Amino acid sequence: MCAIIGASLTGKKVMTATSGPGFSLKQEAIGFAVMTETPCVIVNVQRGGPSTGLPTSVSQGDVMQARWGTHGEHAIIALTASNNQDVFAMTVEAFNLSETFRTPVILLFDEVVAHTRERLIMPEPGEINVVERLKTSVKEGTDYHPYLPREDGRLPMSDFGGVHRYNVTGLMHDMWGFPSNNSKIIYGLTHQLVDKIQGHTKEITRTKEFFIDDVDCLLISYGSSARTALHVVENRRARGENLGLLELQTLWPFPVDAVRKRCASVNHIIVVEMNMGQIFHEVKKAVDDPDKVFLANQIDGSFITPTDVLNILRIIQGKGA
Amino acid sequence: MAVKDYIREKFFPHIWCAGCGHGTVMGSMIRAIENLGIKKNDIVVVSGIGCSSRICGYLDFHTLHTIHGRALAFATGVKLSRPELTLIVPMGDGDAFAIGGNHLIHAARRNIDITAIIMNNSIYGMTGGQSSPSTGYGDLATTAPYGNIDRSFDVVKLALGAGATFVARSTTYHVTSMIKILEKAITHKGFSVVEILSQCPTYFGRRNKFASAVDMLTHYKTHTTPIGSKKKEKNPDLIERGIFTQQEQPEYCAEYDKIIEKASQRKVTNGKV
Repeated sequence: MCAIIGASLTGKKVMTATSGPGFSLKQEAIGFAVMTETPCVIVNVQRGGPSTGLPTSVSQGDVMQARWGTHGEHAIIALTASNNQDVFAMTVEAFNLSETFRTPVILLFDEVVAHTRERLIMPEPGEINVVERLKTSVKEGTDYHPYLPREDGRLPMSDFGGVHRYNVTGLMHDMWGFPSNNSKIIYGLTHQLVDKIQGHTKEITRTKEFFIDDVDCLLISYGSSARTALHVVENRRARGENLGLLELQTLWPFPVDAVRKRCASVNHIIVVEMNMGQIFHEVKKAVDDPDKVFLANQIDGSFITPTDVLNILRIIQGKGA
Repeated sequence: MAVKDYIREKFFPHIWCAGCGHGTVMGSMIRAIENLGIKKNDIVVVSGIGCSSRICGYLDFHTLHTIHGRALAFATGVKLSRPELTLIVPMGDGDAFAIGGNHLIHAARRNIDITAIIMNNSIYGMTGGQSSPSTGYGDLATTAPYGNIDRSFDVVKLALGAGATFVARSTTYHVTSMIKILEKAITHKGFSVVEILSQCPTYFGRRNKFASAVDMLTHYKTHTTPIGSKKKEKNPDLIERGIFTQQEQPEYCAEYDKIIEKASQRKVTNGKV
């Protein structure tokens, strides 16, 4: 984790990968990347936890750790995917977003998606959008302020080893990158770190929608759980029941507006995930009527099945457990 | 260039206490770099946490002030990505021997071309004088008010055991030889460990019967001796200073380049290499 931050500062695109406990170990350095606004991508394939937990069974227990794992006020971007093609697409997105917003981006996959072998169509070069690093146009000999945001909030970078020599620190810092405990500077930097991401939630939000018209009961899911949710939706649609699926590919910043809008006209919402309700509570916070949100989950290390979802659906439909 | 041309004057005054040895180390580092004629744009200084790590902000190089103990890991990323740059990692004893001990031995094992300068003041100075892994047996610290019962690391032996290809020790009293040693360490192609005994009069000295920084420097003068001197035979407690090893071994970035070369030459047929 530390090594990729060092490499990123020389102008390279960087990533690292881990599962479970390794994600805990990376948290301090993730905070350093947040504070120093160093682009990098971190893959965490979730398994059961806490601690050594359940190697290598499926879980989605690190959703909140991705958001708040490192200490202090900050914002972060976390993406997820439910199949190999989307893993590819979201990995490219992760690099693009990390360069655009100068932030660590977490790819929050899970064991089922990681161990699934399925067809992958590789796009040709040029077919997909690739964001390159924004570099400073300040010439040698002119003062370069590494932490002075442009009007649009973006910070052009200069590579280590290049013509501009500047300081990078995990301490609160001024526009020169030099440590500061001036309250105005701290206020400004804290807002910069949070606003540059929270203020662009709409731009960062990626979702997929299935059978989304005339929905009575909307399933919200992400990662491999969304495969189970989709199976249930397809199955029930065939029987004439009006189920739909909203698959979240951006978990953080949480797409509050997208979720609220999509949930406004439905009678019931079931969040399908493999934890005790980490996204369920976010959905309850987002919607106008939290009482219509239900949780279908699995936390025993096995993959969530359609039955786990149907059990909840039956209760909602008044058919008993 | 003059010494001040290597310093970011706008960030002065520095945070170090009166009598601290770290400024002497910084001055020596600058003089070594000046003597070697390395361009400022080609130097990256990576530090961790503690008094010593604040050296980063004051130096006019590419500077990276990181997290506690992990400076060598960050430096490894910079070096592997831009092997032509000169990497210098100033560390404290807490950074190098405690939380960063693992990074130190593995950087030594890999023989990556980085110079680690360990400013050993035998104490955690920034946080109020807690005992560190280099606080001597019986020494006093805020966390050892009745005397430290831990034995201290001998970082020279540690670095030699871990396979560092350049290992040296100096003190803030022996500035002229320190500069020469630093020049050799920075030029050395491989992992260099230079331990510099650096006084902390505020937190180590006060508690351990050193009336002033001058007393501590005098102690470095009287209690150290060049490697292999006769004095050491008579008084085994003297601390040796000088270059303990300097050897040519395959360097990590060069080895990595060979692997890339090898891998890119292998032919792929039917998805199998």
